[in-house]
Amino acid sequence: MIEINKRQENHYLLISVSGEADASSSIHLDKTIREAMDDNGPNILIDCTKLEYISSAGLGVFMSYIEEISRNSINFIIFGLSEKVLKVFGILGLDQLLTIKNTKEEAIAIIDGV
Amino acid sequence: MRKYVSEVLNEHHVSEIETNMIVLAIDEVCANIIIHGHRQNGELKVSLSIDFDEKGIEFEIIDYGHAFDIVSYEAPALEELIKNQHKGGIGIMLVKKIMDDIHFSSSTKHNKLKLYKKVSFES
Repeated sequence: MIEINKRQENHYLLISVSGEADASSSIHLDKTIREAMDDNGPNILIDCTKLEYISSAGLGVFMSYIEEISRNSINFIIFGLSEKVLKVFGILGLDQLLTIKNTKEEAIAIIDGV
Repeated sequence: MRKYVSEVLNEHHVSEIETNMIVLAIDEVCANIIIHGHRQNGELKVSLSIDFDEKGIEFEIIDYGHAFDIVSYEAPALEELIKNQHKGGIGIMLVKKIMDDIHFSSSTKHNKLKLYKKVSFES
C-alpha cells in the first residue's frame, strides 16, 4: 500500500509518500512525479517521512528521473528518509546521485540557495 | 511474504536495518520469479525456507517456473540505466549487493536458489 499526496506550498510542490513503494505500488509514485515534472515549476520536494519500505521498483522510479533533473536544472529534493530506507538508497549509491536531506527545512534551504 | 520474513528475523534478534535489507533481497527474488519465471501465472507455487546458523542465515527458494539464473545474469551498468532513464534493471543488482553468497541450480523438477547472509545477531 502506498499513499501519495501533493500540494503546492509557497514556491515549491510538496509530494508526500507514505507506506510501501514496491513492485505493485510504485507505478503511482511514478505517475505523480511525471505529472510534477511536466506541470509544475522547477522546485519539487519529496517528503518520505512516512515511507516505510522501498524496493527496486521504487528506487527505479527515482533513478529514472536523475538524468532529467540534471538536464533541466530541477530542484528535486528528497527528505525525511528513515535510516533503514536511506540505507537502501545507499546500496547502489543512488543516495549520491539524488539530493537527499534530513529535514524539510534543509530541503527548502537548498531551493532558497541558502 | 515480507511480513513473514520480518517476523522470523525479529524473533532471531536481527537488527531492524539488516532485517529490512534481507526482506528487500527476498522480495526482489520472489518478484523476479513471479514476473519472469511464472509469467504472472498466479497458480504456480514458490516455497521459502529459512535456516539459521551461528554466523548467518540461509534462505532456500524453490519455484517450478522457467529457470532464471540470477547468478550468471549480468545486469547492465547503473550509469547506462540512468542515462537511458530506465526504471527497471536494479532488482538483481540489489540482491547481489545484499547477500554474501548465492547459488542457483535447476533440475527438471524445480529451480532452487540458495542465498546466504552473514548477520551479527543482537543479544
